[in-house]
Amino acid sequence: MALEQATTPDVFDGAALRADFPVFDRPHRSGRSLVYLDSAASAPKPRAVIEALADAYGHHYANVHRGIYELSEDATARFEGARRALARFIGAPSEREVIFVRNATEAINLVAFSWGRTNLGPGDLILSTEMEHHANLVPWQQLAAATGATLEYVRLTDDGRLDPDDLAARLAKGPRLVAISQVSNALGTINPVAEITRAAHEAGAIVVLDAAQSVPHMPVDVAALGVDFAALSGHKMLGPSGIGALWGRRELLDAMPPFMTGGSMITRVTLEGTEWNEVPWKFEAGTPAIAEAAGLAAAIQYLEGIGMANVRAHERFLFEHAWSMLGDLPGVRRLGPDDADAHAGVISFVLDGIHPHDVATIFDGEGVAVRAGHHCAQPVMLRYDLPATTRASFYVYNDLDDIERLADAIRATQRVFATA
Amino acid sequence: MDNLYRDFILEHYRAPHNRGVLEPHDLHFADSNPTCGDELSMTIQLDEAKQRVVDVAHDGRGCAISQASASILTDELRGMSLDELRALDPREVVENLGVPIGPARLKCALLSYKVLQGAVIGAEARWPDEAEILAGANEGGSAP
Repeated sequence: MALEQATTPDVFDGAALRADFPVFDRPHRSGRSLVYLDSAASAPKPRAVIEALADAYGHHYANVHRGIYELSEDATARFEGARRALARFIGAPSEREVIFVRNATEAINLVAFSWGRTNLGPGDLILSTEMEHHANLVPWQQLAAATGATLEYVRLTDDGRLDPDDLAARLAKGPRLVAISQVSNALGTINPVAEITRAAHEAGAIVVLDAAQSVPHMPVDVAALGVDFAALSGHKMLGPSGIGALWGRRELLDAMPPFMTGGSMITRVTLEGTEWNEVPWKFEAGTPAIAEAAGLAAAIQYLEGIGMANVRAHERFLFEHAWSMLGDLPGVRRLGPDDADAHAGVISFVLDGIHPHDVATIFDGEGVAVRAGHHCAQPVMLRYDLPATTRASFYVYNDLDDIERLADAIRATQRVFATA
Repeated sequence: MDNLYRDFILEHYRAPHNRGVLEPHDLHFADSNPTCGDELSMTIQLDEAKQRVVDVAHDGRGCAISQASASILTDELRGMSLDELRALDPREVVENLGVPIGPARLKCALLSYKVLQGAVIGAEARWPDEAEILAGANEGGSAP
């Protein structure tokens, strides 16, 4: 397989960036260097992020928004600075619209509980899609059960896209809320979010965007997309686990009741009642992930140093090579769009006659880390009548050698099972 | 190559013993591995006293480990009493595979045991304590 015959060069050298990530120095039991192809699940951390965490705990740590002393003021300024950095990174019109939560799952639950239970009732329609991660599916099922609203799903085409006719037909029923992902974690599909959002708004719906798989990998501007809420996780974008964000339109956030209640989300508490703090603090009950916010800010700085357009171009380059490599190998079935403009750096595939769990175990013996399973998207597996798939996902530290190793691992697996 | 995939396992995977569904049957249970969606069902025919296994079959789809485990386990069950089935040690089910099973694949190896317990005692059957089994495997001096 002559991957060297690339017609266009990669925009940057992924292998060179691996020096920034200590995890790649860790010896692997296979005796080979680690090929990490599971970034869609979670990403390794660059040294800058790890040092930012240590620096926050070591030199800038106190509780935020509370202490009348220098250290607390310092911690608060850095925490709010991270909010500002994230707002800028995702094109939020105001940093006051960025709420720190644990992860994208919590962000979506916040909308489902706070906006959903206030605004929806029997007869209302919630529209999600068949390609969603369980995080953008189960909260809507629960919301429908709690409010008497109806939940429908946009169907998928055979090549893993949202069926435009089915989408139009369901929008015509006048949903109140449309919940979609920008990039499918199970199929890699990039959805035309701006276009869908325009149609959803015309139909009278608000749009909740699951941006967990897009914000780490491509330029995302929530204002330009026009969506009403967007959810993301820090750990998928080189940042720490335990911090994520919900972005929402100020007028919607202002009108919503709190999700969790307790300390720091109030302005005045008496034994009779409570006045809520302003956004975003209204939604941040209790002590937040303080050091993790500093880590997230460092991750954003690292990604901005590369440039998100470059990150996307690099992953597009890797996708094109991996997609054609997989297509050339016998006994491999690829899922998702055969179109580099509509497919992120996430490839789900199946080896004929070999269960994905066996694939991942044999890959591990070759030093190649992939995900095998239903990817928290069981309806996708049902749609394509598969028990599971193997998924390879790319990020900044991957390069063509990794794709070569992926191809070798597939051949090794097929030799064990003698299927090709 | 990974020694998880010894010929013994692959032979059971390619040509599983006791494959299918028994009709009629006295006991039946189906379950799946929540981490990967592997599916397995078991049907058991008992003797006239409804005390001992006369025949057993398994069916489903899944990885080599879960399917070979069902093939190997069901080979052992004919002639056993219901009490003996209930008393089966999940550690033995794992050991009988003859290959080192790490934490990531333990549920695959135990699905057959879980389904068998479901057939005998019903839906209240639970997954065995994985930490205990892994600790036992290490004490036994198996490969890490």
